Amino acid sequence: MCFTSQFWDLTVAGLAIGSVYALIALGYTLVYGVLQLINFAHSEVFMLGAFGAVFALRPLAHGTPTGAASVALVAFGIVVGGLTGSLAAFVLERTAYRPLRRRNAPKLAYLISAIGASLFMINIAGKEFGRLAINVPQLYTSGTVFKLFGAVVTTQQLVLAGAAVVMLVLLDRIVNATKLGQGIRAVAQDAETASLMGVDIDRVIVTTFLIGGFLGGAAGFLFGSITNVQHTMGFIPGVKAFTAAVLGGIGNVRGAVLGGLILGLVENYGVACTESAYRDVIAFSILVLVLLVRPSGILGERLGRSA
Amino acid sequence: MTAVAPAGARSGVLGPRRKELSRLGTGVLLGLLAAVITGPSGTGDHPSRGLRGALLAGRVVPYLLVGLALGALLVVSDRGLLKARIPKVSPIARTQALLNRSQKVRWSVLAAAALFVILYPLTLAPFWQGVLVRSIAIYTLLALGLNVVVGLAGLLDLGYIAFFAIGAYTTAYLTDKLPVHPPFVLNPFLVLPFAVLAAALAGVLLGGPTLRLRGDYLAIVTLGFGEIIRILAVNGDNFAGTNVTNGPRGSVGIPHPSIHLFGFNYEWGLKQLPYYYLLLVVIVLVVLAFKNLEESRIGRAWTAIREDEVAAAATGVPTVKFKLLAFSIGASTSGFAGVFYATDVGFIAPDNFLFIGSILVLTMVIFGGMGSIAGVIIGAAVLQWLPNYLRDLVPAEDRFIYFGALLVVMMIFRPQGVVPSRRRAREFQLAESGVGGADGMGVTPGTKQ
Repeated sequence: MCFTSQFWDLTVAGLAIGSVYALIALGYTLVYGVLQLINFAHSEVFMLGAFGAVFALRPLAHGTPTGAASVALVAFGIVVGGLTGSLAAFVLERTAYRPLRRRNAPKLAYLISAIGASLFMINIAGKEFGRLAINVPQLYTSGTVFKLFGAVVTTQQLVLAGAAVVMLVLLDRIVNATKLGQGIRAVAQDAETASLMGVDIDRVIVTTFLIGGFLGGAAGFLFGSITNVQHTMGFIPGVKAFTAAVLGGIGNVRGAVLGGLILGLVENYGVACTESAYRDVIAFSILVLVLLVRPSGILGERLGRSA
Repeated sequence: MTAVAPAGARSGVLGPRRKELSRLGTGVLLGLLAAVITGPSGTGDHPSRGLRGALLAGRVVPYLLVGLALGALLVVSDRGLLKARIPKVSPIARTQALLNRSQKVRWSVLAAAALFVILYPLTLAPFWQGVLVRSIAIYTLLALGLNVVVGLAGLLDLGYIAFFAIGAYTTAYLTDKLPVHPPFVLNPFLVLPFAVLAAALAGVLLGGPTLRLRGDYLAIVTLGFGEIIRILAVNGDNFAGTNVTNGPRGSVGIPHPSIHLFGFNYEWGLKQLPYYYLLLVVIVLVVLAFKNLEESRIGRAWTAIREDEVAAAATGVPTVKFKLLAFSIGASTSGFAGVFYATDVGFIAPDNFLFIGSILVLTMVIFGGMGSIAGVIIGAAVLQWLPNYLRDLVPAEDRFIYFGALLVVMMIFRPQGVVPSRRRAREFQLAESGVGGADGMGVTPGTKQ
């Protein structure tokens, strides 16, 4: 097979990028849980998070930081990216979704409103931040940390995977062990009944957008730090993360993580077999295949029932 | 049915003063946003330059004032002071009602419109004739096709431009302008059935598996498909070693269409006016066909699916089949338009078929009024004419900021569009009061599954 020769290298790289997909996929899946809606503008939350992190890090990072400074800067980038993402998601919910929710608008209206918001955010970012790609300041020197079955594991890959794991564990705790999480699960299961039981649906929805936005924005920073940052950067990772969410079972938190990792792996193996130009085609083919064979995804249940 | 608290519940929490302040605040924020959108641009190195130039300069004052005025207007309208002044029936609705009531008025308006679209272009400068053909007429055709998908079937297709690309590339192939050679070379007119077939086939292949599922899956799958078609076209100069699409350079020298019938010979050339009249005829035919379709059994099935999918299925309407039909009719119209685009411009490249194209067509349909043929045509005409008219005022790359905002604003304030289809407008109204649906997507957000 074409990917067996570098199997472990591809696996490590696939898991690293897959954990970023997982972070974005969680934003889709959480919102899908409470609204039964693809949040098409989530990819722009991701993009704005990346911009927020870059602009906040610029005055701080000089030269090549090492040691504790690196760790602090990466953490700072994640937090700023995440907060920017949260802010963007909050504004998005207020302007593009809430007025429609108030009116009980049909689904088509939500999707179109989301597309409009996405288009708006992409182009306003292009106008304000320029349309050329910019780089995240260098925060650490990436080198070989250790070897796994002969595969090189770089600092960069560890940063991606480590940051993702920390956030995923936190999210899992929030969703499963806090009152807020209980509210999210209740709304996902049955919004009407939840509201009768005293759950403030508006608050739950806003919080869901805030959490999803944080993960998306942080993922934007992580993704931007391995490629670059540009107003159009959200589109492809957005489609992929959505694929990951569907693959794992949309509405299912653990499914989104699983889907992200699998997508990262399959994409890397697939590229080894074809060409890097078809990287995005692979993810899309997976989406169509999943919808054909198992539209409910691997863990195929909704957020409310198993999360 | 609704799981969402009614609108009054929340505002009741705020005191009257706070509510008024928040209205004023909304107005001011909108004013500031408008100042930013129309203001100077920033760059990656100076990201705040645009914002500073827009907000910390004298030019912000009129925007602030307009925003404040808007906020005040909101407050006044909240108090019900405006209710008596705003006519219950909008002028557009009144005009529409007039047209529907009197055959005579309708025919005279149609005749006047026909005279206008036939004669007015003769007076235009070549630049505007080009806009008329390449932007307005081609996109009217596209919007009419997308209207079948979005307006009649209530589905969302975000990769619509991919079918346009399929039509254009089929034309390039069958006129022997791609590196791979076709079995036979055809006049562009004879390419039409092949292009329509190719696009419809792609539509069926894509829609078949997806349309069985929740409606929003179609949106994301088509979104991905649009991008895939473009990637394939870009990388198609090396498909396992063969050059198929000529890659990013595209295809050059696609011939103009010509007629050779019973001793009558005519060839379209570089002049845009003859193309305009050709497309005018095509558009009229397409409009007639779609009008008939809408009023046929098929159209009624689409209406039934939109208004209550479960009931439609229960009464024996094969919903997936009819959705697929709408989707592939839309796709083939797009492919059809692709042939005319390719033969008029004579040059196609992957960059002509960006994602933004799909969104542009969608915006036309939404702005004009989904489900309304007149609305869609007006939508295409206005949204193509205006950016060209304002091209010295608004930088081309800023256009989509406005289009994005337009989509959101339309959905919030007038989802049925500027020139709505009466049936569609009524559906939105009913759906919002909890009766039936207004799309072909299944569940409404925020309600129980």
